[in-house]
Amino acid sequence: MKSNRFLYLLPLLTLAILAGFFGWSLMSGRDPASIGSALVGRPAPTLKAPALRPGEAALSDALLHSGKPVLVNFFASWCAPCIAEAPLLDRLAKKDGITIIGIAWKNKPEEARAWLERLGDPFAAVGYDLDGKMAVDWGLSGVPETFLIDAQGVVRLHFRAPILEKDVTDRILPLLKAGGS
Amino acid sequence: MIPELGHYALILALAVALVQATLPMIGAQRGDIRLMALGRTAALTQAFLIILSFAALTEAFVTSDFSLAMVVANSHSAKPLLYKLSGVWGNHEGSMMLWVLILAVFGAAVALFGENLPDGLRARVLGVQAWIGVGFLAFILFTSNPFLRLSPAPPDGNGMNPLLQDPGLAFHPPLLYLGYVGFSVTFAFAIAALIEGRVDAAWARWVRPWTLAAWCFLTLGITLGSWWSYYILGWGGFWFWDPVENASLMPWLAGTALLHSAIVVEKRDALKSWTVLLAILAFSLSLLGTFLVRSGVLTSVHAFAQDPARGMFILAFLLVVIGGALALYAWRAPTLQSSGLFQPISREGALILNNLLLCTLCATVLLGTLYPLFLDLISGAKVSVGPPFFNTTFVPISFALFAAMCVGPFLGWKRAELWPALVRLRTAFAVAVIGMILAATVIDSHATLAALAFGFGVWLILGSLLEFADRVRLGRVPWAETRRRLATMPRASIGMTISHAALGFVVLGSVATAAWNVELIRTFKIGDRARFADWEVTLTNVEPVHGPNYEAERATITLTRDGQRFAVLTPERRMFLVQRREVAETSIQTNFLRDLYATLGEGDAQKGWTIRLYDNPLAPWIWLGAALCAFGGFVSLSDRRLRVGAPKRSRVVAQPAE
Repeated sequence: MKSNRFLYLLPLLTLAILAGFFGWSLMSGRDPASIGSALVGRPAPTLKAPALRPGEAALSDALLHSGKPVLVNFFASWCAPCIAEAPLLDRLAKKDGITIIGIAWKNKPEEARAWLERLGDPFAAVGYDLDGKMAVDWGLSGVPETFLIDAQGVVRLHFRAPILEKDVTDRILPLLKAGGS
Repeated sequence: MIPELGHYALILALAVALVQATLPMIGAQRGDIRLMALGRTAALTQAFLIILSFAALTEAFVTSDFSLAMVVANSHSAKPLLYKLSGVWGNHEGSMMLWVLILAVFGAAVALFGENLPDGLRARVLGVQAWIGVGFLAFILFTSNPFLRLSPAPPDGNGMNPLLQDPGLAFHPPLLYLGYVGFSVTFAFAIAALIEGRVDAAWARWVRPWTLAAWCFLTLGITLGSWWSYYILGWGGFWFWDPVENASLMPWLAGTALLHSAIVVEKRDALKSWTVLLAILAFSLSLLGTFLVRSGVLTSVHAFAQDPARGMFILAFLLVVIGGALALYAWRAPTLQSSGLFQPISREGALILNNLLLCTLCATVLLGTLYPLFLDLISGAKVSVGPPFFNTTFVPISFALFAAMCVGPFLGWKRAELWPALVRLRTAFAVAVIGMILAATVIDSHATLAALAFGFGVWLILGSLLEFADRVRLGRVPWAETRRRLATMPRASIGMTISHAALGFVVLGSVATAAWNVELIRTFKIGDRARFADWEVTLTNVEPVHGPNYEAERATITLTRDGQRFAVLTPERRMFLVQRREVAETSIQTNFLRDLYATLGEGDAQKGWTIRLYDNPLAPWIWLGAALCAFGGFVSLSDRRLRVGAPKRSRVVAQPAE
């Protein structure tokens, strides 16, 4: 019977479909461990934090709408990978002239200040978020995380890991050049 | 020198496997006795060569031969001997070697113990085993060679992942692989039957011991894995629905279904093509599990190797083996004729229901495991599928299965009546309902699903015992008659009762631990006290401890009740010097009715230490129950009818109605 014959083919068809998905997955080079970001392509969340360095104005959204692309970097003095990325941020700020805004996340202000003094301060403006409430809007799951906000205030890149040399050359600098820095 | 011998032996094994894969099949087709006998010789030779190769690899680990790249990556001279041994299979290449070793050993077992099989069938079974062996040996030799050398040899190795340095690791993979690979024999039997075009009662009888053996070992392997994760990982749970856990559960579910449908083939000559399909699926799911863990397609705590290149090789191999098998099935299965007719309400009907439910459970687990992959590829969205999904789907379906499990054995073959069976189970039903009401009111008034599960656990235990009592006509006939029935009862029936009741213990243990445990997480300084369940808890002391390859901090936690010292728990935090990794060592005290479980977290003398305490009621029953389940399977395996030898096809053997 024709219909019965088809039933016997069903397991083979199921295998073909599954294998298709597996092959697609292997060839697409996807990383199953990456969480992805819900913010890329959307306007940047609210930026509101008291200033870390004494005598400076508190951080606000105005910093993100200055007409220039900015990097927003969340760090902490207790975070080991942040030490690794500090020289890179330093170079981006001083040699490439990129505006970087820093937020010390769940970090006592005096400890964050001491850390910046020790390792160098690449930030144009820096604030602190002691209880982490503001960072929740930015979808933070830890530090360090870095966001690239373009001149229109839209999130273009979201790194959930310390930025590396190849992130700078392959992703940050090209976007900055294209976006009109 | 010895690694070279091992490497050469492996290459020879591949050559022998190629021979075994081709010539016996041709011999079976032509009826050539000598070619068929070659299968037996080849299987024994292959096993010998792979044992040699594995021994060479083990020798390299035990003597810490750091000229082998694999030993450098996974071992260290300061590692205790047990972990040097178990470190052989604690990594990707070594575990693949364990796979082919067990595959070859099973092949040799079929060659040695398959005397009662007809020559053609045995030759074909060994041939199919060899196809699988060729695939895996080629995979090892070409992409995951354990015998690669490093020159110059470094002075010491990188050591093994501290999480794996545990007695549980020594036994979990071998047992698990005995299960996975054991299903390759049933797979081979299914393919051989399809090629021959004949599935009958004799075939089902021959397949049964191999299926049972694989199933028992897989049960033990999964049990050990769950127990190990409970007492090593320190998260307080025992089943995470992690992709690799699911990958071991799926063959188990398919294997259980196979065990039951094979009974119908044997007794009533029905459900033939379905049983063959299940045999193919059980092994296919094993292979799928191998693929998922090693290809980087899914994240998992278990993932061995995230290597898309290897993944493609395994995928291709999977397609050839499983695709070929299913294509053969689609072609030949329609020719398998069944002759047994039966009513829906009958033991056959109950076994079909059992199969339906088990396969639904298997499909549910497969969907839950692969869904994140599908969604990510199609829409880019990231989801994780875990306990919420499985509690909503897997648990209710398993309730239906539990309900039927006790009723089925009461039904007769061909046609039966449901009501008399239910009447005989009325006591079990009543006690189960009482248990459920007690659980819902006295213990916890919020968790209805848990109360229901508790009731089902009681139902399973009492129902199985009642069926056993009914079988020996306890109380209804003179004691001498009952004794006679007991003495002549086939071990397969005893095994069934043990395994079904044991599952009840597992259900009770799981539900009690998951739903009604007591948890306390807080910071303790030395001398601090707190209330925990029925006890007062004090952190008495924290001291440094020196181990063979680690430095540790050990906390002493005292539990007292009314001033009397009840228990002392000593969890540790171990820092392994070579890898610079910290592992928590839990402290568990059990009286087999509940576990007291403590882990030690970060901290110091000023701020105090984070301590987690659990009171897990009935937790030991989970693993003791599961081990009992496997024991029931072994009892069944020792049945005389399986050992004495299957009836030859020409003789008709009268089957007593059971």
